[in-house]
Amino acid sequence: MLRDITIGQHFPGNSPVHRMDPRAKLLLTIGYIVILFVGSNPLGLALSTVFLVVAYTVAQIPLRLITKSLKPIVPILLFTAVLNLFFVPGDAVFTLWVFTVTWQGLYNVMVLTVRIICLIAGTSLLTYTTSPIVLTDALERLLAPLAKLKVPVHELSMMMTIALRFIPTLIEETDKIMSAQKARGAELDTGTLRERVKALIPVLIPLFVSAFRRADELAMAMECRCYHGGEGRTRLRKLQLGGLDFVLTAVCIAVFVLIGFSGTLWGMLPL
Amino acid sequence: MSVIKVEHLTYIYGEGMPDATVALNDVSFEVERGEFLGVIGPTGCGKSTLITHFNGLNRPTKGKLLIDGEDIWAQPKQIRRYRFKVGLVFQYPEYQLFEETVRKDISFGPRNMGLPEEEITQRVEEAARFCGLSPEMLERSPFELSGGQKRRAAIAGVLAMRPEVLVLDEPAAGLDPEGREMILSQVKEYHKQTGATIVLVSHSMEDIAKYADRVLVLQGGEIAMLDTTANIFARADELVALGLSVPEVTKIFLQLRAKGIAIPTDVYTVKYGRDILMDALKRKGGGQHA
Repeated sequence: MLRDITIGQHFPGNSPVHRMDPRAKLLLTIGYIVILFVGSNPLGLALSTVFLVVAYTVAQIPLRLITKSLKPIVPILLFTAVLNLFFVPGDAVFTLWVFTVTWQGLYNVMVLTVRIICLIAGTSLLTYTTSPIVLTDALERLLAPLAKLKVPVHELSMMMTIALRFIPTLIEETDKIMSAQKARGAELDTGTLRERVKALIPVLIPLFVSAFRRADELAMAMECRCYHGGEGRTRLRKLQLGGLDFVLTAVCIAVFVLIGFSGTLWGMLPL
Repeated sequence: MSVIKVEHLTYIYGEGMPDATVALNDVSFEVERGEFLGVIGPTGCGKSTLITHFNGLNRPTKGKLLIDGEDIWAQPKQIRRYRFKVGLVFQYPEYQLFEETVRKDISFGPRNMGLPEEEITQRVEEAARFCGLSPEMLERSPFELSGGQKRRAAIAGVLAMRPEVLVLDEPAAGLDPEGREMILSQVKEYHKQTGATIVLVSHSMEDIAKYADRVLVLQGGEIAMLDTTANIFARADELVALGLSVPEVTKIFLQLRAKGIAIPTDVYTVKYGRDILMDALKRKGGGQHA
């Protein structure tokens, strides 16, 4: 059950999207998020969706993975959809008891749903095609100027790398501890909310104890290899922008600009 | 009647996913009541997956698991009953300790069984005695104990449920020889005193040879061999081919035999080996005197 988490999962590959510089990918993803909100009109969202489908195809990531990463946010989607459907004032389509469905409501639901799906799918593409280590590396490089302002950029990115690295380990550990306590008759998935929260104590305490132990061991291992922070540290993989990065970035920016102006274009259409 | 009966059990991790792996493939065998069964096999052969089926922590993808002749998954809501009947001690069980005192931790299982307070106290003290924990240790925090003591406290936590079948996954891993000996002899003691069935998973051929009546050898999710301990260790070549080994004493006796000395192939404990050697020497000595 805990193994089914897909958000943030990395799918190794050798497509142009995989090979692209992670800094460019990171910035373009942020750009895409912004543009999703700027171009929140039918034309803009259609273009955003097409862009996404093309990007997934180039990256050779199966589209059905999107449905998997969407699963956890289905409740949020439904909630916003229901709210918008019934509580947006405007011209009524039909009335059901005290609820009135309006054209404006329907329009909002459509825009919101597509936007959230694109948002999740777009950011997922970044993590699908970029390993967490490379991603934090990119983040460190992008934030490097902040080091001049005495922000511990390297330390922060090291913390992030370690945190990401230990998620699967801790999931495995949680699974093991849960099994061990279930073997002693613990009931973890039945009972009232209060009982369930109480039932988690036998799982959480050993988990924390082992997390602290692991932290200790890791710190020791890092010190044994003379780790002393970012100063004077060289890199195994140097990030270097290449021709591919410039071409892909240029194409993406062109599409983003188009989506950005889609609102104006949409207004010009004779509807 | 056998206490655990495994019928055509197949278990697949991540079924329906592209990375599905078959951990157990059509496994069938029986564990007899009151026996001491050893389970050996190379890493990743499905030992741990198999034993987590015994108390219903894993549900078979295909096939059945019967305890006392009842299909444990006939009523999934009742699965906890079998968890008290089949006590499972995981690898490194000390990582499951969580209570403020050792006493409270050991009583976690009995308390989940819904036993009266007096019975719980009695069982906790009995289990602690079995595992060689002194009464003053019961009042200490489990996190203050030494590694070996923690391990014994965790095993006591399972013994306190008085399981009819006790399943242990590498209970002595990572302990010093004295600690190993202590834990395994206590398990043996529990076996003798209560007549409980024991299933011991181990990588140590010495431990299996010393304690088990029968041995199950797993390989690639299938049963490679299932026989008495003597018969299993007589097949040294096959075991080595599976990436396993035989006890040191068996190795020596097989080499002696290869040199043409007439001794049996089923020597797997030092004690038995000594008797055989003494016998052989006596015969030789006797021959000289005559």
